[in-house]
Amino acid sequence: MIDRLDQIFVLLKHWLVGYLPGEWQAAAGVVVSVVVIIGLYPALFALTTVLERKGVGRIQNRLGPNRVGPYGILQPMADGIKSLTKEDIVPRSADAVVHFLAPIVLVVTVFMGFAVLPMGRNMVLVDMDAGLLFYFAMGASTELSVFMAGWSSRNKYSLLGAMRAVAQMISYEVALLLSSVVVVMATGSLSLVKIVEAQNHYTWGLPHWYIFTPWGLAGFLMYAIAATAETNRSPFDLPEGESELVAGYHTEYSGFKFALFFLGEYVAMFSISGLGSTLFLGGWSAPLAFLTWVPSWIWFFGKLLVSMCVFIWLRGTLPRLRQDQLMNFAWKFVLPMCLLNLFVVALWRFIGDGWLRWLVCSAILVLAYVGIGWEGMSRKRLGARSYRYAD
Amino acid sequence: MLGEGILKGLAETAKNFAGSFVSKERMTTVEYPEERLPLPEASRNFPFLVYDGSDWQAGLRCVACQICEKECPPKCIYIEKSKDKKPDYVGKLQIYPTKFDIDISVCMSCQICVEVCPFEAIKMNNEFELATDNRFGGLLLDRKELAKSNEYYHQIHPTEAAEVDARLAAEKAKAEAKAKAAADAAAAKAAGAPAPATPTRVAKPSEGERKS
Repeated sequence: MIDRLDQIFVLLKHWLVGYLPGEWQAAAGVVVSVVVIIGLYPALFALTTVLERKGVGRIQNRLGPNRVGPYGILQPMADGIKSLTKEDIVPRSADAVVHFLAPIVLVVTVFMGFAVLPMGRNMVLVDMDAGLLFYFAMGASTELSVFMAGWSSRNKYSLLGAMRAVAQMISYEVALLLSSVVVVMATGSLSLVKIVEAQNHYTWGLPHWYIFTPWGLAGFLMYAIAATAETNRSPFDLPEGESELVAGYHTEYSGFKFALFFLGEYVAMFSISGLGSTLFLGGWSAPLAFLTWVPSWIWFFGKLLVSMCVFIWLRGTLPRLRQDQLMNFAWKFVLPMCLLNLFVVALWRFIGDGWLRWLVCSAILVLAYVGIGWEGMSRKRLGARSYRYAD
Repeated sequence: MLGEGILKGLAETAKNFAGSFVSKERMTTVEYPEERLPLPEASRNFPFLVYDGSDWQAGLRCVACQICEKECPPKCIYIEKSKDKKPDYVGKLQIYPTKFDIDISVCMSCQICVEVCPFEAIKMNNEFELATDNRFGGLLLDRKELAKSNEYYHQIHPTEAAEVDARLAAEKAKAEAKAKAAADAAAAKAAGAPAPATPTRVAKPSEGERKS
């Protein structure tokens, strides 16, 4: 019974597909999964927008939306109707074709990432051997759509936003990749299914998630920073800094195209959180051994929602970085830490089991963190600001 | 250490988040259409016309002197004088406005009309929910819509209304005393030498009283 519940979506799919002749079944199975993914994540997106608005409201001691439906939970419907009925404006001097294609490219590439994410036991669309590589290939293509949007709009704000976005995404793409590589080194596989299986063991009831190792924790923190920057979330939301760039690369978008950008952004957050939990938090595996009877997909989506809440929490807390701070942080802190982490995971592998590797690896990482942090902080001149010409 | 500030900030926002569910004084939001804060006494918005008693037409203090119309900087007041007269609060006959319109889409709430009015007839209202679906007619208030009772005035600006009432009562008492003195004088004169035209004599002191 519990196994059935765990596999309920897989069984449902087989039952649905079973009505078709044999040679069509494989293709139909893929279609069903794709339709479910395309339906499910926008629904989660709707839930997250209202969670975010209410959560950030509470953080600022406000109520948040509470007018549409009980406690404002129907707010996304109102937003959807609003964006559907709004006029779709294309600037006269815009490149109409590229302007039209940009949101579509964004949404398509973002959804492609879900193809390789295991969302539960046996719940993966394609079990690719190079799943992680495929994921990053798709993730990198979102930069293309962002630049398409910024360039085709023929608007200075859009272009500036797009250029910021591309600079930022390329910088943090490096950190994102390097922080994920440690997991590949430890597992010895690029397949996300294998990565989850490697973490799905328990000693003394505790899981073997990679986050519970020194290099895993460091890698996870670097991954979280890079993922926040990749998805253009606050505090790395310079590309759409509304105080300086109106709305960044989607300034010239209105109506449903704007909603698509919005959707793409949130779905990218889901997918990058999904990848993060797959790599470091054990994917669909339960956090404690005696909880393994709970269906695997509940754990996956639970981890997804928790990471969304962390995203919202961060957004409600941190102010936006400046461009130079952003770049300095990427190249002078995140990247050296990621490179060092590669070395540490290799050490971890070769020292072998025992308390020694815990001590050595933790010491190296903590020292590096404190050292780089101290170095970075000591350069920062605090105090009254001086103006060279205005004084 | 690096990251310390971020953790402190996260703790602060978490405290805000949790606290907003627990403590009432954290949430400063007043959910406007259902709940509302009392307006401060000094709040003002657009002018209204004060009337005494229960009948707004009989009790209107305005005597259609048109000072406010002339002083109004954006010229949003329009007054038409009546041909006949009606008694004012002292009991004296005065003309009254047959038409008193204020276009509140033009009015700039400067309160000059209130300051120049010698009869305490026009005062500032604090009603602010004046949205209408008619852009032109809906914002052009006629004298019936403008007329508000003295009790209403007491309700919205109690201190100011009490002052105004005291002043009017003093004026009325003074006028009555003067009329009585005049009547006494007339009676004394009448006792000395019987005058043929009493009505004109009664009218004369009231003429003098108006100037004073």
